[in-house]
Formats: sequence, C-alpha cells, structure tokens
Amino acid sequence: MFARETITEDTWDDLETALITADFGPTITEEVIDSLRADVDRFRTDDPRDLQRMLRERLEERFAQYDPTLNLKERPAVVLVVGVNGVGKTTTIGKFAKFLTVRGQSVIVGAADTFRAAAVEQLATWAERGGASIIKPEREGQDPASVAFQTVAAAQQQGISMCLIDTAGRLQTKGGLMDELSKVRRVIEKQAPVSEVLLVLDATTGQNGVSQAEAFIEHAGVTGLVITKLDGSAKGGFVLAVQERTGLPIKLIGQGEGIDDLTGFTGHVFVQQLVG
Amino acid sequence: MSTGGTHEASGVLRGELQHTDSVYNLGRASACRLLGTIDSTMAAFGSLSSRLTETLAKLRTKGRLSASDVDGTVREIRRALLEADVSLDVVKDFTANVRERALGEEVSKALNPAQQVVQIVNDELVRILGQDQRRIEFAKQPPTVIMLAGLQGAGKTTLAGKLAKWLAGEGHTPLLVAADLQRPNAVNQLQVVGERAGAVVYAPEPGNGVGDPVKVAKAGVKLAQQRQHDVVIIDTAGRLGVDAELMKQAANIRKAVNPDEVLFVIDSMIGQDAVATAKAFQEGVDFTGVVLTKLDGDARGGAALSIRGVTGKPIMFASTGEGLDEFEPFHPDRMASRILDLGDILTLIEQAQKAFDEDEARASAEALMNDTYSLEDFLKQLQQMRKASNMKSLLSMFPGQSKQMKEAVENFDEAQLVRYEAIIQSMTPVERRQSKILNGSRRLRIAKGAGVTVTEINQFMKQFDGAAKQMRTMAKGGMPNMPGMAPMPGMHSSKKAKKGAPVKAKRSGNPAKRAQQEAAAAQAGQGKQGSSFGGGAFGGGQTADADEYNALTGDDQATLQKMLGNKQ
Repeated sequence: MFARETITEDTWDDLETALITADFGPTITEEVIDSLRADVDRFRTDDPRDLQRMLRERLEERFAQYDPTLNLKERPAVVLVVGVNGVGKTTTIGKFAKFLTVRGQSVIVGAADTFRAAAVEQLATWAERGGASIIKPEREGQDPASVAFQTVAAAQQQGISMCLIDTAGRLQTKGGLMDELSKVRRVIEKQAPVSEVLLVLDATTGQNGVSQAEAFIEHAGVTGLVITKLDGSAKGGFVLAVQERTGLPIKLIGQGEGIDDLTGFTGHVFVQQLVG
Repeated sequence: MSTGGTHEASGVLRGELQHTDSVYNLGRASACRLLGTIDSTMAAFGSLSSRLTETLAKLRTKGRLSASDVDGTVREIRRALLEADVSLDVVKDFTANVRERALGEEVSKALNPAQQVVQIVNDELVRILGQDQRRIEFAKQPPTVIMLAGLQGAGKTTLAGKLAKWLAGEGHTPLLVAADLQRPNAVNQLQVVGERAGAVVYAPEPGNGVGDPVKVAKAGVKLAQQRQHDVVIIDTAGRLGVDAELMKQAANIRKAVNPDEVLFVIDSMIGQDAVATAKAFQEGVDFTGVVLTKLDGDARGGAALSIRGVTGKPIMFASTGEGLDEFEPFHPDRMASRILDLGDILTLIEQAQKAFDEDEARASAEALMNDTYSLEDFLKQLQQMRKASNMKSLLSMFPGQSKQMKEAVENFDEAQLVRYEAIIQSMTPVERRQSKILNGSRRLRIAKGAGVTVTEINQFMKQFDGAAKQMRTMAKGGMPNMPGMAPMPGMHSSKKAKKGAPVKAKRSGNPAKRAQQEAAAAQAGQGKQGSSFGGGAFGGGQTADADEYNALTGDDQATLQKMLGNKQ
C-alpha cells in the first residue's frame, strides 16, 4: 500500500481495507482516514511513505495517552484476572507468575475458577511452571469469593508479595455471573485493597471487545487490559476502540503458549505490528 | 404527508403499515421501549439502528427506488455489517449483490422502498447462511468419526461434551477421544465433561505436552470399533492458523482417522481474523462444517457470514451457553436478524400485512378523522388483532428486548381481548354506535350477556371513551397529554419498573445531546404526528400509551417516530 509512487484514491482504499481488516472498526477507521486526509492536504505531500509515517504517529499518539505501568505497590499486591470464556485467563496467570518470579517476587495464585471442568488442575500446572504456590478450592463448586479470600489470607500470613486470582470465564451478558464477580472483589477488599483488575481480551475478538470491557468495568472495576493471542494472524485493532471508549490502558501482551510469552505493552511496537 | 394524486396509492399503503406497526406495538409505549432498547444497545456503535431507520424514514415517502436511495441504505448496511465483524471482502461482495437486486427488482406493493432493501438484505443473508443446511452425516459403516478443530479458547472441549450428550440423547453411543495433549489439563477437562455428558472418554495419555495426538486419535477409533461405539468425537488441541507445525499435526490426525465430519469450532465474537483463520483451517484440515460458539453473548456474529462467504462450508450448530444442553442446530434466519440487529421486524411486517384488511384499516382511520369512531370500529380492530395470531409470540419478535419488555410480554393477557370482544358483542348495534345511551340497566344486561361484572363494563367504557378522545386529538395532529390514565388492556406490566431506569440510566451518558434530541422530538411531536397516529388507530389501549409515550425519553420518541414513518 505504501509502495506506490504517489498517494492515489487506491492508496486510501487500501488503507481503509488495512484498518478494517485489523479490526479497528468502521468508526475509528473513518476517523483516522479523515484526519490523515486533512494532514495530507495540509502538508501537501503525495508520498505514501509520509502517509505511513503520519499513520504510525497518529496511532502512537492515541496509544500514548494511557499509562501502561502495572500498579503493584501494595503488599500483598492483589491482582484479579477476569474475562470472557476462552480468552486465556489461566494461561496469562501462569505466564504472569513467571514474569513476577523472574523479577524476584514471591507469587501465590488462587484458583477461583471453580466452575469450569479441570480449570483448577490447569492453573496448578501453570503455577508449577511459573514457580508459584497455589490455593485450591476445598471442594468442587465452592464459592469463588471464598477461594479468593483464602488466597489473600494465605499471602498475608506467608508474607507473599504477589497474589494472582484466576476467575471463571463469563460472558459479559450474564448478569448473575457478573454479580458474582463484584462479590469476589468485595470479599477480597475486606482484607486487602485490590491493586489491579486485569481484563483479558483475545486479539481475535472483533467489535464485541468494547461491550466486554464496559461490562467488566461496571462489575469488576477493571484497571487494565491484557491482550492475548497476538502471535496469530489477528492484529487486535479493536483495542484502540476499547481504550478510547473506556480509558483503560493495555498493560500486558500475550504472544504464545510458552511460559515466557508475556511482555509489557509498548505503544510503538504494537503500532509497528499493526500497520508495519 | 402525501401531496398529490400520484402519491395517493403509496399514502394508503403507508397508512396501512403504520396501522399495523402500532397494533403490533400494542401500545406505543411498548414499542418505544423496544426501540429504545435497540437504540441504547446500539448507542455503543454510534446508534446504527437509529441511523438506519433515519435512512429508511427518508425513503418512506417515495414509491420507487432510485439508485441514490439504494446507495444510501446500502451504505448503512455496509456499516452495520462491518460493526458486526463481517469480513470486508464479504461485505463488499454482499452489498454489491444487494444493490444490484434492489435496483433490478420490481417494486413490491407490500413494502415501502426502504423496507424492501432491508428485506432483500435479509433474504440474501438467510440465503447465504442457510444454503446447504444439513445435519451430521453418519457413516454407513459405523463408527462415524467426528473431529473437532479450531483456535485456542473457541470452546472445542465443551462442545465435545455437548455433542456427546446430544448424540447420546438421539440414541447413539458416542466415545470421546482426548487428543488435545497440548493445553494443560485439557485431558482432565474432557474427562469431567464426558462424565457429565454420560459418555465414555478414551484418554490414554496424560497430556500437558506428553503423547502423540495422532496415535491417540487412531487408537480411539479402533477402540470404538471394538467396543461398538457408533460415534467417535475427537477433541484436538487449539491452534492458530499461522502455526504451520500444529496445523500439520491436525492434518495428520485427519489423515490417520479419515473422519466423516470435521467440525471447525469458532467463537462468535471473532473479528476480521475469521477469514484468515477459516482459510488456514480449510487448507489445513479441510473441515466439513462449522460450529458457532458463545452465541449467548452479545456479539453480533458476523463471522458466520464471513466463513460461509469464504469457505462455503455450512454452519451446522450453534452453542449458546456453558451448560451441556445449551446447544442447537443452527438457524440461519435468526442469525441473519442478529447480524443486522433488526430483530424480526420483517416477519412482523409480513404477518401484519396478512392479518390486516386494508379497507377496514382505512375505514377506521377515516372514522377517527370524522369523529365517528365507535365501539363497532373498535370491535373490528380487536378481531383483527386476534386474527394476527398469537400476540405473545408476535411481541417477542421485537429486536433487542429488555428485561422489562420480556416481563411485559410475559404478563400480556390475551384473554382480555376476548373479554372486550364479548362485551361489545353483547351490545345492540345502536349501543355500539352511540355509547352515550348506555345507562345502568343496559349495562347490567350487557354484563350478563358477556359474563362480566358491571364494574368491568364501566371500566371498559371509561377506557374506551378516553382512548377515542385521545385518538381524535392525535388524528387532528395534536399530542394529547393525559396523565394518570388507566393501564392499557391486558398489559399488566409495571410502568414503574420501566421508569426504574436501566434503559434510561444507560443513555444518560450525554445529557447535552439527549436534551437536544428531546427538544427535537418534542417539536416533531407537536407538529406532524397526526397522520401517522391517525392511520395507526386502534382503540382501547391507547389511553395509557400517550402517558407512557410522554414518559419516554426524546430518543425513544424520535426513534419510534422514525419507525412509524413520520417525517421528522
């Protein structure tokens, strides 16, 4: 698209295609293209490379408005991980545990996904790989809030610095399950403040991501986003819409099934992958 | 509305449509609530339905589709499809098709031009989604082998359980094979799911990276032959389309077991990547059918269309919850209206047209205009309403229903219509035409004849008088304001619940904009409501409606007006 000699209508068409295909959604795509057209007019350029640079700058600007730093100053720093089904919450916790232990922190994870079959075992395997201890429910179908409570209590007793709590996946439209999440948070807060509530979003998600974020903010007070499965062919452009609609920063990026495939978020790298 | 002789025909047509609209809405308030709900859910997406209805409203007065009319509507539809995550290429082909058909087709007498475009879009969607609709093909020589494949987190393992339970219910003896040896404890999960589904699980390897899935799959099929299981379901690891190695592994499993069905399991929330992924899986494992999961969420599920458009493979099942029973054969028509997010409005229009006699509708409207609206007219309308089949099912066709609306629909008492009919039928023709002459003794006779109490007759008459008066006002172009009127017949919903804000709270986001819209709607309300409301006349229920109508926010009113065809 940027390899042409001059900027033509085809360039704009291609740009639109590229943005839509990257899941930016029709609204943001329109906005971006309109503002780029204005810029191109203003600077009187017809070099596609200028256009590419402006596009990158514009997107970076938009991402740079949010602070991607994790807030883990409390001791224990309680992190609640939430999201819809199958986005990679458990996997993210495993990788995040490793991420933290490598940086010299002690980590305990709480298996508060007491609903899905074998979720506890799955988390146990990840905890082991990540070098974290784990609090499991005492019986099947135990109230997730009580598991979360026990995990925070154990962290306090044993002087563990990081406390990660896994929750069951739930679609944002399920009122009862969303209320359950509010309860988990409430119960934890009786003991210790919650440092971060991370919403895990699957990069393959389309425009539904915004609806997910809004519902989870309302019920769980989300403080940051984790984007997973960015190693696939999906670009995850919808996160820009999510950020701008909700003001939530992206804090972590998941790029594979390996234990080390989790990194912090850097705007320009992300944009580079989005638009080249 | 219509300005000249040439427009007369379309004017009548319009009147009829408005008429039917309002009857189905069973009180404008319900409709407002409904439309308001669509509108508020759509608010997140720049109020698509509102923009679409706006486009439609502009076209409403025209009798014929011009190229620019079609383009306007098609543009909105393009956007709607993109918001629904339909892939861009598919959208382009699709809208080009729609455009061509819309311009080429005879203008239908039954629908106005804009509705016709939507109808074409809907038809096309259903056609594409529903082509080659088919069920699982069982092998002539059992066992039938079904292999599941898809991205991580699409819901393969859960689906394996659902499929097993469903098949067991149909009299089959499924065997689940745990060939996902990648994800930690996927094997355990399948065992638990299998137990819940009452199916046998074959899991020779512990998983977590240990074992060869190809071997496991092969051995599973062999075991099924030995133990006389007639269906084998092979759960495989989730893999990304770009992961060549894992894709090759999936292809190897396919080669080794030669499945009768390879089901591609895909999350309905997926975005534009659906195409790339579907292509990769088509090349990798050449799936034979598609399963859409997580349809109980609020994603519009445009991926369904993309995948059909790109691969041509049929969508066979829809998965709608975490319970093992929440699974059903795919319904193309439901998916079509979900993607467009217009509910079954078209079905409503169709049914309404069948049920309503145009002449009678016109007569009622005329009666209203001439101040002669009587119980006889009301009776005719009641009978038409009942002819329109089951009210509840009709009401439930509205798109984007809120909790309150569902409740109201649930509480709607069809028997009440029958009682009203009985009351009117117990009157003499003179009484029906001149309700003023109804004195105590006449009322007692009617009560006996209809099998109700005199109190009920009194209530009914009070409602009717109020309604007739109100409708006359509206027919003349005013907006009546009648607080504290009786609730509409049969609708025992609590108005309070509605006012209890969930819908409104959501839309309170931008007060400035709302105020503006409210003002605009109020203006429109005073000016031009007359004709549409007159056309849509239908008795009793209206009393409470104006009250509720006024209680609605400006957005709701505006949207409703648009849907009812009023020029703004």
